[in-house]
Amino acid sequence: MTALLDVRGLVVTFPAPGSGLRRKRVHALSGVDLSLRRGHTHGLVGESGSGKSTLARCVLGLQRPDDGSVVFDGTEIVGLRGSALRDIRRRIQPVFQDPLGSLDPRWTVGRSVRESLDAFGVGSPLDRERRVRELLDLVGLSPDHADRHPVQLSGGQRQRVGIAAALASGPDLIVADEPVSALDVSVQAQILNLMARLQRDLGVAFLFVSHDLSVVEHVSNEVSVMYLGKIVETADRADLFAGPVHPYTRALLDAVPVPEPDARLVHVPLSGDIPSPIDPPSGCRFHPRCPRRVDSCSRELPALTPVEALNSTGHTPHRVACPVVLPARP
Amino acid sequence: MNPRLLFVLRRLGLTIPVLFVMSVVIFLIIRLVPGDPVRTMLGFRATPQSIAQVRAQLHLDDPLWMQYRDWVAGVLHGDFGQDFVSKAPLSELLAQRIPVTLEITLLSMLLAVAVGVPLGVRAAVGGRWARRLTEGFVVFGISVPDFWLGIMLVLLCAGTMMWLPPSGYVPFLEDPGGNLTYMILPVLTLAVAEAAYIIRTTRGAMLGVIGRPFIVYLRAKGTKERSIVYRHALRNAATPIATVIGIQFGVLLGGAIVVETLFALPGVGRLIVTAINQRNYPVVQAGLLVVATLFILVSLITDLVVGFIDPQVSDRGKS
Repeated sequence: MTALLDVRGLVVTFPAPGSGLRRKRVHALSGVDLSLRRGHTHGLVGESGSGKSTLARCVLGLQRPDDGSVVFDGTEIVGLRGSALRDIRRRIQPVFQDPLGSLDPRWTVGRSVRESLDAFGVGSPLDRERRVRELLDLVGLSPDHADRHPVQLSGGQRQRVGIAAALASGPDLIVADEPVSALDVSVQAQILNLMARLQRDLGVAFLFVSHDLSVVEHVSNEVSVMYLGKIVETADRADLFAGPVHPYTRALLDAVPVPEPDARLVHVPLSGDIPSPIDPPSGCRFHPRCPRRVDSCSRELPALTPVEALNSTGHTPHRVACPVVLPARP
Repeated sequence: MNPRLLFVLRRLGLTIPVLFVMSVVIFLIIRLVPGDPVRTMLGFRATPQSIAQVRAQLHLDDPLWMQYRDWVAGVLHGDFGQDFVSKAPLSELLAQRIPVTLEITLLSMLLAVAVGVPLGVRAAVGGRWARRLTEGFVVFGISVPDFWLGIMLVLLCAGTMMWLPPSGYVPFLEDPGGNLTYMILPVLTLAVAEAAYIIRTTRGAMLGVIGRPFIVYLRAKGTKERSIVYRHALRNAATPIATVIGIQFGVLLGGAIVVETLFALPGVGRLIVTAINQRNYPVVQAGLLVVATLFILVSLITDLVVGFIDPQVSDRGKS
């Protein structure tokens, strides 16, 4: 089965703050590969500054990469403009972190949901009106909500509207950038369950960006872990959470609080902060903080390598960018 | 009660004290100007007896509060008093003059909005040249005084090129084409500065909205750029634009006084200027009252329109 979304060698840099002829650049993405199958959810985790949102923006066509390609259902998105870009965007819809900021404050939410139906000319006006009610119903809102303005809704309701608006054009892929980070924990669970249900019922694929491991574990089929503009490990959800291999992934998973007051702390927490993406470390991006580094780590940039032995579910090869922890290849 | 209706009623109630204070100021201010209306009317050879007689006739010897009371009582009954000079009742005079002033100001406003809003939008979202050209126009429009611009337009369009009549007026109902021909230069004179302010406000408001996250979101959703700019961004930028248009209406009414004098248009503005020179108290009072009331009405309409565009403004009355 071919991938719905195939990202290859994506590189994005921004001019660093400041000025001058030899202005440095921020390396937001330094060669990222990622693929997503139809109807699956790919979770993208990492600290802030790891480049996960930049990757989401590239897939949405909001950010032009310096290099690399983003192929959606056989079509190269990078470089598309005008109506060709709009046609693709109809099939890739965003859900952003701040639903209040995403919705036009002057429009009723019904009108916001309706907008893509109008823009892409779906059905008759009456059909569209009916479709709006259906969509609101689908995300668990009542039809009365259609006449309200965003400020009159709660955070969870707004995010439901955001999801309904994303579903309106009938997309194949929804790029959700931190969709629940602004919500209360109890509401987060409702929204995550809603997204899981929609995926099951409608077969929409999700690229799900979050800094919250437990959220990603809850919704994803596959998970990629990002660090400083690189993917360090990617695997099936079960594989990754049961047997993390990369030292960074292990540190991340160890850092998830255990709801058990008597549990002893068995791991050594990471020291230091994520280095500046303006001058990323040489070799493996993680080596300055890595508990298992060896001399070669600061010289050689490790590639994502499939690890056959670690693959238990058989869907996605478990791939790791760390030669130190990999078993020696035959 | 319906919150929107409540908002309208509340706003209407607020205009009553404003109208009262304004009437007191109008009444006093013309009496503070040195000079005596009776002496102006009768000339410097008038005898003390005739002066005293006319003063008594015109109730100018009554205490100020009594004169004020009589004036307000008359206005409330629709009687603005008599012209000191021509003895004509002012209500008829105003009925002829108000439409002229309204026509100039409303046409200028329409032209300024029709030109200013689209140019302001282009200045915000367009390329470098759109921005530079509109910025140049804004600086020109705001810096150039209306009397100078009016004179230059007359010299160019009426003097050198002989395209248009330099001054004059026919009522619209008698000769619509002729009326509009006479209106071109005065309206242009007033609209330039007005458009400049509208462009500047529109540009600023649009830039504020374009930077907000929901615009990025709409772009990511595949909304057409034109729809993003006009249906979303402009709608959200509409509050400051509508407010500035309302405030500028007062400036236009002030400008109408200059322009009516310059182009010999029989409007309220020229009426006031002539009457001030004659110390013709009732005419000045009536003219100022009309202009000020028009401005208050326009502010009221502006507030209602803003309340309609931005539900939050009228919602504030609810809680």
